[in-house]
Amino acid sequence: MSRVDVVQALRDAGWTALLAFGLFLPLIGFKAVQNMDRQLVLDTRFGLLAAFVAIIAGGRLAYSLMIAPLLARAALRPPRPPSPLRTAVARWFTPFGIGFVIAYPAIVLAITGTGGAVKWVDNFGIQILIYVMLGWGLNIVVGLAGLLDLGYAAFYAVGAYSYALIAKNFGLGFWELLPLAGMLAALWGIMLGFPVLRLRGDYLAIVTLAFGEIIRLVLINWVHVTNGYAGISAIPRPTFFGIPFTAGDNGFAAVFGLESTPMYRTLFLYYVILALALLTAFVTQRLRRLPVGRAWEALREDEIACRSLGINTTNTKLTAFAMGAMFAGFAGSFFAARQGFISPESFTFLESATIVAIVVLGGMGSMLGVAIAAIVMIGGTEIMRELDFLKQIFGETFDPTQYRMLIFGFFMVLIMVWRPRGLIVTRQPSVFLKERKPVPASLVKEGRG
Amino acid sequence: MSARDIVLRVEHLTMRFGGLVAVEDLSFAAARGEITALIGPNGAGKTTVFNCITSFYKPSEGRIALLHGDGSMWRELDVLTESGTRRRQRHDAVLYLLERMPEYLVAQQARVARTFQNIRLFPGMTVLENLLVAQHNVLMLASGFTLFGVLGLPSYRAAERAAIEKARLWLDRIGLTERADSPAGDLPYGAQRRLEVARAMCTDPVLLCLDEPAAGLNPRESAELNELLLAIRAEFGIAILLIEHDMSVVMKISDHIVVLDYGVKIADGTPQQVRDDPGVIAAYLGVEGEEVARVEAEVGL
Repeated sequence: MSRVDVVQALRDAGWTALLAFGLFLPLIGFKAVQNMDRQLVLDTRFGLLAAFVAIIAGGRLAYSLMIAPLLARAALRPPRPPSPLRTAVARWFTPFGIGFVIAYPAIVLAITGTGGAVKWVDNFGIQILIYVMLGWGLNIVVGLAGLLDLGYAAFYAVGAYSYALIAKNFGLGFWELLPLAGMLAALWGIMLGFPVLRLRGDYLAIVTLAFGEIIRLVLINWVHVTNGYAGISAIPRPTFFGIPFTAGDNGFAAVFGLESTPMYRTLFLYYVILALALLTAFVTQRLRRLPVGRAWEALREDEIACRSLGINTTNTKLTAFAMGAMFAGFAGSFFAARQGFISPESFTFLESATIVAIVVLGGMGSMLGVAIAAIVMIGGTEIMRELDFLKQIFGETFDPTQYRMLIFGFFMVLIMVWRPRGLIVTRQPSVFLKERKPVPASLVKEGRG
Repeated sequence: MSARDIVLRVEHLTMRFGGLVAVEDLSFAAARGEITALIGPNGAGKTTVFNCITSFYKPSEGRIALLHGDGSMWRELDVLTESGTRRRQRHDAVLYLLERMPEYLVAQQARVARTFQNIRLFPGMTVLENLLVAQHNVLMLASGFTLFGVLGLPSYRAAERAAIEKARLWLDRIGLTERADSPAGDLPYGAQRRLEVARAMCTDPVLLCLDEPAAGLNPRESAELNELLLAIRAEFGIAILLIEHDMSVVMKISDHIVVLDYGVKIADGTPQQVRDDPGVIAAYLGVEGEEVARVEAEVGL
């Protein structure tokens, strides 16, 4: 074991302090304020700057002296066989998780009562499940086939606008339009797929990004169809197989003789998106064990070897794009039906980036990892709206929502350091002869398009 | 080699990359049940020939024809060439022009399998999965192009069991049954080479092209590979085309050797004929023909 090198650590902390000073001098050290005569004057905050630099240098020093030796020692230790507890958790996590999401609304109702439950089921439950589904859909393209798609929100938009426009103009219902929206999105997936077949890696990412922007710009500028920036409002809401969720005499509550509350619609939507997400998971798991799924993964591992084995890589890539886009189309039409209002603002690049981040954070290719990442990312940003208790620590003037993204970014950096390949880093083989042994991430390729 | 057994004919193959002529006017044939070795010094154009046969490159000139079935079909080669199509079928034979086909169809329809000089396995997939990916087209058909498979119909499950059984036979043959569920990238180098050959064989080829299969193997592994190739030749009777630098492999197992130097064929014959060919010796020693005797004396041959 090597001794901790104090001089090296101090020098390292010094450099970090210098870097932090350079970075924060313009950001924190100076501040432009308006004086009494409404003129901008430069104010200095060197005390705060010194505090920041000191914290960062101290943190770096603590890391090199205390944490880094621990990590180095952990790396030297031979890998232990997984403890029985860990095996049991791995075995029962998925069934328990599915049971939990099914029971989630009941649990929330029991804790908060009808008043608070709508927020927890709608803002948390439905919102997270939409992203779980989007993450699983994109996982097919990015995680399995290894094609980096930065314009995934475009297919989400196609699904949403398909539902909104056809439902408003032709009066079709949610259940007829759901498959239709999925098919239209899949068609667009193939249309994107064709021109980008020859592109690889970064170039593929750039073109998919551009595609996402094109769709959004068309939605903004094709005003007489899409109503431009103003968006489409009063989109028909989904019904319970024909019975609307309204307060009237033929509404859901009246028909079933229940007390009238907005809770039923929320519950219904929750279970619809849960069913859609589970369908996505089920189909993806099936596809992974089929030749097409293995071909996707083989494509990610080595495209030339695929071609030498007689696999039509063109079709394989197109099916990956189409399947991924189809699930985004389902999610999009659900989104439109749930919101009742859509506009191009909901389908910006940030949306695509969030979904890619969920897939990458989850560990590319891992369904469970993607689900956990969606809960962490979407649930995390939502829960930070609830951090009023921080006011007790930092004083009344502290507004936690302002620091939401800062805290979020901090956690992302931590995860990048701790788990550079995502939360779940092992690949589960699709088939086995004697026992299913997970494949370590170091061997799994990330795909170059 | 008898003309009736010929599976592959390469005729007047020329491959140019800009001003560089990598292969010039090369003609040779490979027969079923025979191992044909393609040898030559580094940069002689051997791998380029492979890439042309498997359609990874489009040849600048020449034709590459492959036959399934009865040898009398070769008479129709010119008809096929004139017709402008890529294949010609008769009740007992099919003739393909490989340079007209995209590379995946060369593997899928003409059933030419290949391995690569720098091993190209799917390292993050298990050994068994590697062998199942090789049976993609059979399984794709059985899964009704995914539809039946998603619905979980029993016909697909039966096909998958058969595919796993076939993979298991190959695993037994290459001695990797114990490692079936390990990732391919974890295998030792020699095992990866054998697995790549097994994966190519899982596509049921009529022509197997091996690009330096013995590169980097120790003598024991090299001998094992020889046995594997001889067993494949004996049992499946397919044509094997082999690029190899290891002369102990080439001379021991090949039936027929083609020697390339700077993209030009300098010899073609049995191992004994090639070994005694002064032009070949000159090329390998890197000297002109007339100096061979002197150089041989110098190095003590």
